Amino acid sequence: MSAILQTRNLITNFYTYEGVVKALNNVSITVRRGETFGLVGESGCGKSVTVRSIMRVISAPGKIEGGQVLFFRDEAKPDEAEDLLQKNEADMQALRGDTISMIFQEPNAALNPVMTVGEQVAESFLFHRTASLARDAVARMQDEPGAYGLSGRLFKSFLQKAAGQDPRLPMLKIADRLPLLRRWRKPLLAEALKRSVKIIGQLGIANPEEIIGRYPHQLSGGMKQRIVIAIALACQPDLLIADEATSNLDVTIQAQILDLLHQLKKTTIQSILLITHDLGVVAETCDRVGVMYAGTVCEVAPVRALFEKPLHPYSAALLNSVPKLHQKGELAAIEGSVPNLVTPPTGCRFHPRCDKALEICLQKNPELKRMAQDHFVACHLY
Amino acid sequence: MDTILELKKLQKHYSIRGGVLRRQVNTVRALDGIDLDIYRGECLGLVGESGCGKTTTGKAIVRLHAATAGSIHFHPANGDADMDIARVPRRRLKKMGLRSKLQMVFQDPTTSLNPRMLVKNIIAEPIRERERLTARQLEDRVLELLVMVGLTRDHLLRYPHEFSGGQRQRIAVARAIAASPEFIVLDEPTSALDVSVQAQILNLLQQLRRKLNLTYLFVSHHLLVVKYIATRIAVMYLGKIVELAPTDQLFADPRHPYTCALLSGIPIPEVGPRPARMVLTGDVPSPLNPPDACRFHTRCPFCIAICREQEPPLEKNGRGYAACHRKNEVPGLVATQYG
Repeated sequence: MSAILQTRNLITNFYTYEGVVKALNNVSITVRRGETFGLVGESGCGKSVTVRSIMRVISAPGKIEGGQVLFFRDEAKPDEAEDLLQKNEADMQALRGDTISMIFQEPNAALNPVMTVGEQVAESFLFHRTASLARDAVARMQDEPGAYGLSGRLFKSFLQKAAGQDPRLPMLKIADRLPLLRRWRKPLLAEALKRSVKIIGQLGIANPEEIIGRYPHQLSGGMKQRIVIAIALACQPDLLIADEATSNLDVTIQAQILDLLHQLKKTTIQSILLITHDLGVVAETCDRVGVMYAGTVCEVAPVRALFEKPLHPYSAALLNSVPKLHQKGELAAIEGSVPNLVTPPTGCRFHPRCDKALEICLQKNPELKRMAQDHFVACHLY
Repeated sequence: MDTILELKKLQKHYSIRGGVLRRQVNTVRALDGIDLDIYRGECLGLVGESGCGKTTTGKAIVRLHAATAGSIHFHPANGDADMDIARVPRRRLKKMGLRSKLQMVFQDPTTSLNPRMLVKNIIAEPIRERERLTARQLEDRVLELLVMVGLTRDHLLRYPHEFSGGQRQRIAVARAIAASPEFIVLDEPTSALDVSVQAQILNLLQQLRRKLNLTYLFVSHHLLVVKYIATRIAVMYLGKIVELAPTDQLFADPRHPYTCALLSGIPIPEVGPRPARMVLTGDVPSPLNPPDACRFHTRCPFCIAICREQEPPLEKNGRGYAACHRKNEVPGLVATQYG
């Protein structure tokens, strides 16, 4: 299977009052086409920073300091990669939500409270699919001339232009800034809302026509998360990044959302990069897993191999510290706590908590080594 | 078995007022008739989705708020006469020793510890309330408690912000046991913590229970955590207990469809074949106007006519209790429908 996304030695720092937080230290992961890749670790280990760096949405004190984020857009040409870190902001904006999109952890924070959910889903169509929306609108006006009322008749030529050419036409850009001319987009919004209804309906929400007119506070947590997923899926992305998509939901709702992602995996989405701290979610949904600790990737393995025979001492300890369904005896807790990343431990960052630490672990940072087909581990023991 | 607490028909309603005259326009029925016996020395797990009344039950027991109706009988260990916590006047709570005998550990240690107090004073406060000690004796006691929860003398003169989440929760536990309680409500004590630290706290709580002969009410939404620590589990749905059984029985032979759905919904951190998932449709109805009769009937896959007409009582079933009209058929129904 070819790769769709690859990070190479990604380094991200946060410049805070207390000092430089070295949040990511040479993170290299590969997401392949058609798989669900899980990134698991405790809070503060850099899971979210990794995906935020990939999407280039790291804010103020944070800065991406090095490395590459390679995106393989075309399946047919596996050698042609684009480095997302080298792209300009406009290109990134065109990419986000279109070819790569993201689901955020907290649906309450991800949705705008003063816009109806329909408008929010429609936004992704309006932004990324202007030309195709305009084509739909023009086609509809040919069928029934009075389709969009006055604005349809007045701005017909605008719509035709947008449908035929690049919607970033200077004339349309200027029109967007002028109060009355801005209304040329109205037919587009109507078309976009139609598409929103369709996609929301596909995600298992009953009577979507009614739901799109509601505001986020009128919906329950599970529904809101479905809306967030609808926004992410609107433009049928090649890669979906789900950052703790089910962490704040109740057990039965979480089951619904996981089920939904599972179905979507079969039909709509190709590849998923799933961020979670819940090992149960990983075991159920992922094909391959990367385990992160304190800004480093310590093990990458197929899910079965990881759960049956974890190689890195941290992965093993993490697996032993969660209660299982068939739990026998006491839980084996990991002593100590996650290190402060302003002054991370020298060498392997896990060595202060590791019971198998060697002399070399204090001095040298281990690199990812290939242990078996698809099984990589960063540890001096091997 | 020796009962420490008896909850009878416990109700807690929150009124919603509206309009110019602040008239009562509606009520949230957070607890709607809870019957529960808690035995001395056990750890009773209370599970359910958010908004089902788990925390409200815990808070009613330690009298952080007064129940609307019903009673909570507390039987002290020293053989004193039992008292109805729900009816004791507020000003007498401390005098009667209820405050020190019933303690609580909150979910988020960052907000439950006073940021302007030293750890030493945080832990000493409950002791000072009960007995007069010299400064040296007090410090010895505090130190003893700190060691008991796995901290050292170095931590005595620090502020809560200087600790990690796990250590803060240890301080909160030390504060709770400082009053030498008989009963502690643990309100999601590990859900704000990381998995590796969660195990430390769970083990600590287990040890303390045995050592100090404590009784716990462990409130959580995480079923595997509850399974690990609790001896009996009560499942709540919309302000009612729907099933109550010893841990092994609840997991092996659940009788309420809601329990079945909860159990099949847990993501299990193990690979290999797993049982088919029973996914419920819809969301939890609002406790503002809960469904009539059986409250679960709107989401229940096995709902029949009687479920919409009559409320099922919490009836004995094996070593536990279940509130379902079809409790004897449920295992068969689940097996045929979800395989």
